[in-house]
Amino acid sequence: MIARDERPLAAVPRKVWFVLLAALAAQIAWQALRPQPVASAAVLTPLPSLPALRVLAGGEPIALAGTLTLYLQAFDDQPGISIPFRDLDYRPVIQWLTTLLELDPGTQYPLLLAAQVYSQVPDPQRVRAMLDFVHTEFLRDPDRRWRWLAHACILAKHRLHDDALALAYARDIARLAPAAPDWAKQMQIFILEDLGEVESAKILLGGLLAGGQIKDEHEIHFLLERLKAMETAEKSSPASKN
Amino acid sequence: MRARQIVTIARFTLLEALRIRLWGLFAVIVVLAFGAAWFMQQLAIAESARIETAFLAAAIRLAAVFVLSLHVLTSVVREFHDKGLELVLSFDVRRGDYILGRLLGFLLVATAIALLATLPQFALSSAPAALQWGLSLACELAIMSALSLFCIVTFTQLMPAASFVFGFYLLARTLTAIRLMDAAPLTGVGTPSHQVMSWLVEGLALVIPALDRYTQSAWLVDYAAPWATSAILAAQAALYIVLLGAATMFDFQRRNL
Repeated sequence: MIARDERPLAAVPRKVWFVLLAALAAQIAWQALRPQPVASAAVLTPLPSLPALRVLAGGEPIALAGTLTLYLQAFDDQPGISIPFRDLDYRPVIQWLTTLLELDPGTQYPLLLAAQVYSQVPDPQRVRAMLDFVHTEFLRDPDRRWRWLAHACILAKHRLHDDALALAYARDIARLAPAAPDWAKQMQIFILEDLGEVESAKILLGGLLAGGQIKDEHEIHFLLERLKAMETAEKSSPASKN
Repeated sequence: MRARQIVTIARFTLLEALRIRLWGLFAVIVVLAFGAAWFMQQLAIAESARIETAFLAAAIRLAAVFVLSLHVLTSVVREFHDKGLELVLSFDVRRGDYILGRLLGFLLVATAIALLATLPQFALSSAPAALQWGLSLACELAIMSALSLFCIVTFTQLMPAASFVFGFYLLARTLTAIRLMDAAPLTGVGTPSHQVMSWLVEGLALVIPALDRYTQSAWLVDYAAPWATSAILAAQAALYIVLLGAATMFDFQRRNL
């Protein structure tokens, strides 16, 4: 224990006591009389430019990008108010996501937010904006970002029912991302099949099997079965819808 | 004899840090930073470990610089006020040896703080990455302790010395980004004002170490730096400490006590 060398409380002049207690009472009264805070939605303002952010980061771009990402993630849930995604202006959101990726190119988080969070909005235009963002960012680093475009491909097909867009995304994965796994590269085959373009699907599938890119026996067996099913379906009907 | 005096002064500097519970204070800061990083990890829906590690490293790095610099500044100010300096110099101790002893002591304190700061990184990152990060932090803290000693000996007052130290640190962490901005301005290329600013920025870059290259959290979360980088940073730090030590002695020799 530290020895306290203090005078007793009685040594404090009455005037000081009075001023202290009066100030405390006034402070409490002031706070009590203040109106209750009203929640108001703040608008997402654009991020400063990348060079300015690099200065602000002071050599810690990853920590700054992480903090800003969490801020953006929580932006729809402001104190006392929750903003639905459909009311959120997606232009600054996309500007934030793009800048965060530029600030920390190693992160996948902004792509996850775009593909899994912001694209869940029931507004096709906003979903398309997010998918377009994912596609643009995929083109900058296909081998590391293919999985988000694969997710975008599924969203385009099942949420937007835009098979052409889904096929374009699937083709880009197969063409530009050699590091992507086989299932991602094969997506275009099944989309083509669903589009009724069984012949194109068969050519692609046959090419994949003949090219020796697939090593796993179970996968080869599955794809061969799929090829047979396509041929059978083609013989019995014009196009398979399965 | 002179070496013994230097070591004795360094030992008392280290002892002082022990007596004022500097390690305890820093350990509390590390625990608080851990808590804040864990909170951020809980908020994240992806890459939670990455965010936790990067935030913890950045927070601890900043806290270590702040605590160490303030410790150096207040330690020397206290010695000025308590007339401890006059007492030491009344013995057969050279002024230069006094500075060397104090510098050595503060460098040991910096190393101990870097060690404390690095321990949590071993729990979150690979051992080589944490080791590289820790070595780099030790170099960075060594520079900052030498700078703080220089500033307090030169200014003798806490406020201007602390302002200079933290301003210097801010500039050293942002100078590379400022140079990049200056190299590619949006407007005013070739104007006299831009030319003057360029000279100023490039001139500052010649005398201020690029601290943004030190202790990068990217080493912990993305890729470990090559060991050659650690060696280069250590050599740069050693050079700058010698420069600051010489500047401190220069100022101290000219002082009328």
